[in-house]
Amino acid sequence: MRISLTVNGVREEAEVEPRLLLVHLLRDRLGLTGTSVGCDSTSCGACTVLLDGESVKSCTVLAVQAEAAEVVTIEGVAADGELSPLQAAFQKHHALQCGYCTPGMIMAATSLLKERPDPTEEDVRRGLEGNLCRCTGYRGIVDAVLEVASEGGAR
Amino acid sequence: MIPAPFDYVRAGSVDEAVSLLGRHGEDAKLLAGGHSLLPLMKLRVAAPAVLIDVGRLAELRYVRDAGDQVAIGAMTRHRDLETSELLGREVPLLRHAAAQVGDPQVRHRGTLGGSLAHADPAADLPAVILALDGTMVAQGPGGRRTIPASEFFRSIFESALAPDEVLTEVRVPKVPGQRWAFSKFNQRAQDWAIVGVAAQRRDGDVGVALVHMGQTPLRAAETEAAVRQGAGPADASALADRGTDPPGDLSASPEYRRHLARVLVRRALERL
Repeated sequence: MRISLTVNGVREEAEVEPRLLLVHLLRDRLGLTGTSVGCDSTSCGACTVLLDGESVKSCTVLAVQAEAAEVVTIEGVAADGELSPLQAAFQKHHALQCGYCTPGMIMAATSLLKERPDPTEEDVRRGLEGNLCRCTGYRGIVDAVLEVASEGGAR
Repeated sequence: MIPAPFDYVRAGSVDEAVSLLGRHGEDAKLLAGGHSLLPLMKLRVAAPAVLIDVGRLAELRYVRDAGDQVAIGAMTRHRDLETSELLGREVPLLRHAAAQVGDPQVRHRGTLGGSLAHADPAADLPAVILALDGTMVAQGPGGRRTIPASEFFRSIFESALAPDEVLTEVRVPKVPGQRWAFSKFNQRAQDWAIVGVAAQRRDGDVGVALVHMGQTPLRAAETEAAVRQGAGPADASALADRGTDPPGDLSASPEYRRHLARVLVRRALERL
């Protein structure tokens, strides 16, 4: 069936099978491969994107459910080629090693800071419960998110 | 993992959803947030021929004051529940438990009605609604009917809803200022409960319900009776696994689940 949605501010139309997952629409049809597929079972959070401003796991959303919605992926967070505050803070705090979880982690943190602009460390750890990182031990990730919050939040 | 092919139709209203269910019969499933159904479809445990999407029905997304009850639309998301001031004031157990479901991404999509209609005995909110003595409102071709939570859950993934009925609303009694407890035991933050407990004081009575201790969420009926007769937490909780039939799986043996139920119920009762 035919769907239209906005992805990173660009209006997209696609003819899709109802069973097509949002993550596959993004990666395979729109070429936005920044969003990773990790566990493919709603656990790891690597495929997290924003759907109408809220973090969701795009392996567990049908593309047809995103009809008329606004989707933001990791490709959409840097404005004019400049890293977003969260991206810059992840770099500064060594909040990634292999980088596989990073796009999902940034999108989840973006959503978290929108809902909770002044989080405690506990809020950040709980707010990122849906995202697994097997490299960093989370210390740098939590530091990065807290620093962005203290400096006025994500964009 | 890709689901088996299916037809997809978005219902524009509850009435339309009911008539679509009537047309497609048992081959159809309602799609709400999809966070229970889609994983099963990806594993091909479920393969409905038709998905009827009700997830965006705004008429079913609300938390409303209804006299001595709070009325919640079936498509109200977990995130809506965990941020509801009305629930925080009148039914804090439900608000708190909603914030413990899955993880933030899951709570942005998952709905109260979806979780209840899915009737997974390992899910948190069915036990919470059972402990609260909630009431379900279902709409079918013949109109509306109400179903008490105690009669709603029939078996694993099986509720009292007829194939052509839509769960539209959940009503829970207000219990402002009365004590409650909720806890679940799991190995990782976002996991399903190995065992969970929801407990609510209400005008001198008590409701205690168990997650993942049988084919459905279960009342710890003997514990409740003991509390009514004045037993303390230690004595009452020793009966918590009576009448349960807990599963054994990779996480826990049945006997370990029984042990967990007794311990978690004791801790819950100590907080009431």
